[in-house]
Amino acid sequence: MKINLIPKLLLVLMAFSLSSCAEKGPHTHGLYMLLDTSGTYTQELKQAQKVINYSLSQLNPGDTFAVARVDTGSFSEKDIIYKQTFEDRPSMANEQKRQFREKIDAFVKSVQGSKYTDITGGILQAAEYLNEVGSGRKTIIIFSDLKEEVKPGFVRDIPFQLDGFRVVALNVTKLRSDNVDPREYMKRLEDWEKRVTSGGGKWRVINDLERLEPMFNE
Amino acid sequence: MASNIFLIVPNPFLSGLIWFFVIISVMYLARTPAHMAIQALCRVIHNAMRLTARAVMRGEKKLAERNREVLAAQGRDAVERIIEREFERVDATVRRDLAEYPALHRELSEEITRIDEDYKQSTEVPPAPPGWIKAVEAVANIPAKDDPMVGGILDDIHSSLVKANNTAVEEYRKSSHKRHMYLKDMMPHWRKVLTALNHVDKNVNSLLDRAKVIDRHMDKYESIQQKTDSALRELSSSSMTQFFISAFVLLVAIGGALINFNLIALPMSEMVGAGSYIMGFKTSSIAAMVIILVEVAMGLFLMESMRITRLFPVIGALNDKLRVRMVWITLTLLTILATVEAGLAFMRDLLAQDNEATRAVLRGNVVEEVKNSHLWITTAAQMGLGFILPFALTFVAIPLESFVHSTRTVIGVSGVGFLHFLAWTLRLIGDLARFTSKSLISIYDLIIFAPLFIENMVKGRAAKKDGSKPHHRDAATSAF
Repeated sequence: MKINLIPKLLLVLMAFSLSSCAEKGPHTHGLYMLLDTSGTYTQELKQAQKVINYSLSQLNPGDTFAVARVDTGSFSEKDIIYKQTFEDRPSMANEQKRQFREKIDAFVKSVQGSKYTDITGGILQAAEYLNEVGSGRKTIIIFSDLKEEVKPGFVRDIPFQLDGFRVVALNVTKLRSDNVDPREYMKRLEDWEKRVTSGGGKWRVINDLERLEPMFNE
Repeated sequence: MASNIFLIVPNPFLSGLIWFFVIISVMYLARTPAHMAIQALCRVIHNAMRLTARAVMRGEKKLAERNREVLAAQGRDAVERIIEREFERVDATVRRDLAEYPALHRELSEEITRIDEDYKQSTEVPPAPPGWIKAVEAVANIPAKDDPMVGGILDDIHSSLVKANNTAVEEYRKSSHKRHMYLKDMMPHWRKVLTALNHVDKNVNSLLDRAKVIDRHMDKYESIQQKTDSALRELSSSSMTQFFISAFVLLVAIGGALINFNLIALPMSEMVGAGSYIMGFKTSSIAAMVIILVEVAMGLFLMESMRITRLFPVIGALNDKLRVRMVWITLTLLTILATVEAGLAFMRDLLAQDNEATRAVLRGNVVEEVKNSHLWITTAAQMGLGFILPFALTFVAIPLESFVHSTRTVIGVSGVGFLHFLAWTLRLIGDLARFTSKSLISIYDLIIFAPLFIENMVKGRAAKKDGSKPHHRDAATSAF
């Protein structure tokens, strides 16, 4: 009887020690993507779809991915189009990725442009969500021209708390006014960089959508 | 402005000259204590180095002695194993062949009895002389030979004799034929006896050969026991060879283990999850590594229970019943693990296909159902590798044992070499310190050569006046 008990006890102890030692947070990646749906930028959503698919292919089991729209008031869970923390099992994670893609395809087909662009609210919401998830690496992707237009009455001059966050601005298109005065475009980028870095975050701009590797490799 | 404090007069050159003279004077006055200080310091270094070198050499000697003992013990152990094996073979031969000896003896005796009987029966018996010869003689001696009646009787007797003679010849031929037949029957018995004796001869020769081998090993064992230099040298070189060969085989085994690891790491993530980590390593990778290590451990136990290796004396000392039970248990566990690995290898293939399909969907490609008819080959190969590699890893125990044993020798020999080098270096430093003392004293005297020259001149004149031999100061007084 004793001979049978000892291996069983050892197995239980081993399983317990393994499960207690196992850690998840520090190695997972949390990705939150903000999609600008204001005005003419909705035309760029096809590009956003490719970026989302690329991101899905790069994420691993256990990682978190959320895609949210930027509209008049973006500091809201309602603006999250789809969010998913992928299962630990690779086969299940693959299934979830396929579902994710379908949801985004459906959204892109039915999206309607918004009047205002509340990027600040979106970033605040992203930071809140990723902090809640507790991922090891936290990345916020802003797919926008970075031209913020806040509805009168909305307070958005709030400093960010972005310690440990990477903020990547993707496909920052030049507006007609930027072409007239490029300093406007540069100042817009500079202002956002200042806001992000003063909040403790890291800032990066990627305009070439064929070279998205730095989003995951850095 | 710190340099200004060295300016005795405003002119720097003049200040330098004054300082030079002051220093030379001080050095001249302090010459004897300075010489003694230099000598003392160098002597301390020299003695310290020599003492340390001596201690290191003692350590080297002890280590060399220990190495000899270990080497001899290992050699003894190895030869004991060989001799034990030879005795087992002798035992097996004796059991197999000589156990049949009574039966063989009986068979030989029976054969010989049969041969003897046949021989007896085949001996030629001279035909008995007919009993009526004397009657014939009596008739033949009858005087009336011309009597026709007597003649008739004699003719009858003659014809009867001829007839009797023919019958006797016929009988004799028959009996000769019979005897030849007996001799013919003896042939297979002779052959049987010859074969049996050849068999016995072969067995005895095999035993004699084994005895020669045992003698040779016993001689080796005795020379190891006496720790002769030639025996230890042979053992040492054999140990080095073993070290390199076993290291090479272990490297090959590590390569096999890595392939095995890659086969099962991905499917293990399906079992234990791909997102959890233990101490910075993926849990699935650790689980895969643990499975491989468990297989290696099972292999070690299997080899130990089969008495092929002797890494765990406890297993070797188990009684035969328990040991055989252990062989079966480890073999069963290994087979189960190998089957699990084959299953995981199959799972890996499925997962790879699923990943590829997902990537294709995400790229926006239409999923094409391309049926590759040769895909089953890679699947089967993976499964085969998954099943075979655990059994192949079992044999790691043999080079591992050699590696462990030879590493002790290699480390010992390297340690002796290192200590020898250290002792040499320390002695070199000590000797350098000794000669440096002389050099430093000479350099010291070279710096104050002017006052020394004056001193010698003054002493020379004084000696001339006294008429005695001038006494020159020896610049480099003997340091040691």
